[in-house]
Amino acid sequence: MPPQLKTLLPLLAVFICIFLVARHFLIPESFGKYGHYRADSMDETAAIPINYVGKEACAECHDTETAKLASDLHSVLSCEICHGPGALHVADAEKGILLKPGTREFCGTCHSINPARRTEVINQIDTKEHHPEKDNCIDCHNPHAVWELKE
Amino acid sequence: MEHLYEMLKQVDGYIYPNEIELHWGILIVLYPYITGLVAGAFILASLERVFKIKVLRPTYHLALLTALSFLIVAILPLVTHLGHPFRAYEIMTTPQVGSAMAIFGFVYLWYLMVVLLLEIWFDYRHDLVVWADQSKGFKRRIYKILTLGVTDISPKALAWDEKLGYIVTVIGIPSAFLLHGYVGFIFGSIKANPWWSTVLMPVIFLLSAMVSGIALVMFLYMIISWIRKVKIDMACLDEIGKFLFMVLILDFTLESLDQVHRIYEAEESFEILHMLVNGKLNITLFVFQGLMGTIIPLVILGLFRMYLPKEKIRIPMYFLVSNLVLFGVFFMRWNVVIGGQLFSKSFLGFTSFKLGMIGAEGFLMALVWMIMPFLILSFILWLVPPWKKHSE
Amino acid sequence: MGTERINDTRRNFLRKSAMLAGTLLATSVTKPFTAVIFAANQPDKTKPWYGIGIDIEKCIGCGNCAKACKLENDVPKEPFYFRSWVEQYAIKNDGTVKVESPNGGIDGFTQTVAAEDIFKTFFVPKMCNHCAKSPCTQVCPVGATYESPEGIALVDDKYCIGCRYCIQACPYGCRYLHPVKNTVDKCTLCYHRIKKGLSPACVEVCPTGARIYGDLNDKEGLLNKFLKEHHCHVLKPNLNTGSKLFYNGLSAEVR
Ligand code: HEC
Ligand code: HEC
Ligand code: HEC
Ligand code: HEC
Repeated sequence: MPPQLKTLLPLLAVFICIFLVARHFLIPESFGKYGHYRADSMDETAAIPINYVGKEACAECHDTETAKLASDLHSVLSCEICHGPGALHVADAEKGILLKPGTREFCGTCHSINPARRTEVINQIDTKEHHPEKDNCIDCHNPHAVWELKE
Repeated sequence: MEHLYEMLKQVDGYIYPNEIELHWGILIVLYPYITGLVAGAFILASLERVFKIKVLRPTYHLALLTALSFLIVAILPLVTHLGHPFRAYEIMTTPQVGSAMAIFGFVYLWYLMVVLLLEIWFDYRHDLVVWADQSKGFKRRIYKILTLGVTDISPKALAWDEKLGYIVTVIGIPSAFLLHGYVGFIFGSIKANPWWSTVLMPVIFLLSAMVSGIALVMFLYMIISWIRKVKIDMACLDEIGKFLFMVLILDFTLESLDQVHRIYEAEESFEILHMLVNGKLNITLFVFQGLMGTIIPLVILGLFRMYLPKEKIRIPMYFLVSNLVLFGVFFMRWNVVIGGQLFSKSFLGFTSFKLGMIGAEGFLMALVWMIMPFLILSFILWLVPPWKKHSE
Repeated sequence: MGTERINDTRRNFLRKSAMLAGTLLATSVTKPFTAVIFAANQPDKTKPWYGIGIDIEKCIGCGNCAKACKLENDVPKEPFYFRSWVEQYAIKNDGTVKVESPNGGIDGFTQTVAAEDIFKTFFVPKMCNHCAKSPCTQVCPVGATYESPEGIALVDDKYCIGCRYCIQACPYGCRYLHPVKNTVDKCTLCYHRIKKGLSPACVEVCPTGARIYGDLNDKEGLLNKFLKEHHCHVLKPNLNTGSKLFYNGLSAEVR
C-alpha cells in the first residue's frame, strides 16, 4: 500500500466516525417516526391555543343575543365576525374587550355595492346614499336581528 | 420593513401579496457565480492533467489553487443567507433525498475534501516535505502539518503521488460537472418558476461556469505574471483563449436555444417572460450578459482564430476579454436568480429589487465575499507558490 | 444431451435469479424517488385526508377569512405576510384582467373598474392548496416542511433553516418568511383547531358558507358532497401539484 493511503484512509475513517457520532446526537428524537420530519412538531402545532371560539361558546352567557341572531338573516354570521376573536373574553369576561362596530364602513365590507358580489348571495346598498339621515347602520338596524328597525 | 412598504408602491400589475419580498438576493447570485468559477477553473486544470494539453502547464497549479480558494468561500454567502445559519448542519444530518438542495453539503464536502484538497496535496506533497526542511519557524511547522506526516519522498512514493493524483483528477472532472450541473438543477427543477424550469438549466450553468472559470484563470495568470514581473507565456494564453472561445460558442448556442425554444413554444408564461426580458432585465440581459459578456468576447476571440496580432495587442485584448466574460457571467447568474423572482407566479405583474448598500444582503457585503477568495488565494500563493515548486 | 439441457436450465435459473436480485436492488434504490414522484394518495384510507372547497359564486369578498386567519395564527399584520387572502378579479370588456388584493382583502374591497367596462368580476379567496404532491415539501433540504399523515403541509419552525427554497417552489405564493421567527410560515389549515374538532378559522367566520373543509376519505362527507354537486377545478392543474383546494366556478383567467 502506498504510504499516502496509510495516512489518508485512517483519516477518512476518523472523519466518517466523527460524522456518524455527531449525526447520532444531532438528530431529534422523534425524527422519522412517520416520515422524514420531526413527528413532535405536529403535536407542537396542534398545541397552539385557539383564538376564535365559535357561537356555542358565546351562547353560554349571551343567550338573548344568540337567540336574536338566530331569528333573522344574520343567523349565518359568526359572532366573532363583528366582535373579534373571543377566546380572551370567554376566559375572563371583564378583561377581553370585544369590538362592537356598527359603522357604515364596517357593514359596508359586506353590504356595499360591488359587481363582484352576487345579489342572490347578499343584498347590497350604497353605503353613502342609503338612508343618510342617520350616521351608523345600527342606528336603524339591530345588528343581531337586522330587520328589527329602530325608529 | 420600511423597504417593503417602499416596494409595495413599485409593484407593477398584480403579484401575490407574499411575493413583494425577494427571497433570494445578491448572496444567492454569488453562490452559483462562485461555484461556477470553481468548477471552471478545475476543468481548465484537468485539461492539462487528464487531456495532456501541455501548453497549459503554467496555469495548472494556479487553476487548482484558484478553485480551492473560491470553493472555501462559496459556502459562506449561502450560510449567512439562511434565516437560521446555526441550523445549517441539519442539511448533513437529515438530508431530505427528494430535495435538490439536500445533497449540497455532501457534494460540497466531496468536492472540497476528496477532489480539490487531495489533488493539491498529492501535487504538493513532495514540495511540502522539501520546503519543511528548508524553512524554519512558523512556516516550517505549517509545512510539516500539511504533509500530514507522510514524508517519504522516495521515487516509489513520488510515483504514487503522481498516480493517485491522476486518479483524483479523473474523478474530479465528473465531480466538477456534478457540482455545478447540480447548482443548475436547483433552479431548473422548480416547476413553479417558468424562468428557471428548463432541462437545459444544468447544462447552461455548467457551460457558463466553464466560461467564467477559464476567464478567471486567464485574468489571474496575467495579473500574477505582471506582479511577479515575469514574461507571460503567450502559447499558454493563446491556448486558454482557444478553449474560452470554444466553450463560449457552446454556451452561447445553448442559451440561445433555450430562448428560441421558449419563444417558439410560447407557453402560458410567455407574455410575462417577454415583458420581463424586455423590461426589468433589458440592460442586464441584452447589454451586460449578451453584448458585453458574450458577443464582444466572441468577436475578439474569433478574430484571433483568423489572425493573431502582435503580443502587445493580444495581451490587453485577452485582459479585456477575461474581464468582460467575468462580468457577463455574473450578470447571467443575476438574470437567472433575480430575474426569476421579479415576476409574479400569477403571471400578472412584477415586483422590484433594490440592492441595498449595507446589511448582510447588501452590496458591500457581497463585495467582501467577492474579494475574500482573492485574499485567500494570495495567502495560498504565498504559502505554496507554484513557481517555486521543486518539481518544476 | 441430457446433461446439457440440465446445465441450460440451471444457467437459465441462475440468470433469472440474478435478474430478480438486480431488479430488487434497483427498485430498493429507486424507492425513495418513486415515493417522491407518486405519493399522491393517502395510503391509510381509515384516517382523515383533508381538502378544502371554495365556492367562488358565494364569496362576497368581505375579507373576514383573511382577517381571522391573521388573528387566529398571529400572522404579522404588515401587508406582506399572508396565509390566506382574497383577490378581486375584474375582466374588462377589452379582455384585459385586473386583479387587486389591497392588504389581502382584510379591509374589504371597492370596485375600481368602472361598471360599464366590466365584462365579469368575482372574488377568489386564496390559501395553501395542501397539495398531495407538494412541490414545496419536495424541495425542503432538511425535512422541516412536510405533509402530515392527514395531508396537511406543515412547517416545523424549530427545524426550518430558513433557506426559502420552498417559497420559490410554491406555485401559488402561499409561503412567506416570518420576519420575527426567520423561518418559513404558511397555512396549517388551522391544524390546532381541526385537531380539537373545530373548523379552520377562515371556514368558521365565512358569512356565506363559501368555504368548506373536510375529509376526502369520507365519501359521505361535506367536501365530497360539494365535489359531487359542483364542477370543481384546481389552480394551475398543468403543474400536477395534486392540489386539494377545489374551486367551484373558477374562471379560466385565475392563476
Ligand atoms: C363566561 C360567560 C361569557 C361568555 C362565554 C361570553 N361572554 Fe360576552 N360578556 C360576558 C359578560 C359577563 C359581559 C359583561 C361585561 C361587562 O359588561 O363588562 C359580556 C359582555 C359582552 C359584550 C359587550 C361588551 C361591552 O363592551 O358592552 C359583548 C359584545 C360580548 N360579551 C360578546 C361575546 C361574544 C362574541 C362571546 C363569544 C365569543 C361572548 N361574549 C362570550 C360574559 C360572557
Ligand atoms: C353583524 C355584526 C354582529 C354580529 C354577527 C353579532 N353582533 Fe353582537 N353586536 C353587534 C353590534 C354592532 C353591537 C353593538 C350594538 C349597540 O351598541 O347598540 C353588538 C352588541 C352585542 C352585545 C352587547 C349588547 C349590549 O346591549 O351592549 C352582546 C352581548 C353581543 N353583541 C353578543 C353577540 C353574540 C353572542 C353574537 C353571536 C351570537 C353576536 N353578538 C353577533 C354586532 C354583531
Ligand atoms: C360578514 C358580512 C356581513 C356583515 C359585516 C354585515 N352583514 Fe348584513 N348580511 C350579511 C349576510 C350574509 C346576510 C344574509 C343575506 C341573505 O341571506 O340573503 C345579511 C343580511 C342583512 C340584511 C337583510 C338584507 C335582506 O336581504 O333582507 C340587512 C338589513 C343587513 N344584513 C344589515 C347589516 C348591517 C346593518 C350590518 C352592520 C352592523 C351588517 N348587515 C353587517 C352579511 C353581513
Ligand atoms: C335611517 C335608518 C337606516 C339606516 C341608517 C340604515 N338603514 Fe338599511 N334599511 C333601512 C330601511 C327602512 C330599510 C328597508 C328598505 C328601504 O327602505 O330601503 C333598509 C334596508 C336595508 C337593506 C336591504 C335592502 C334591500 O334592498 O332589501 C340592507 C342590506 C340594509 N338596509 C343595510 C344597511 C346598511 C349596511 C346600513 C349602514 C350603511 C344601513 N342599512 C343603514 C333603514 C336604515
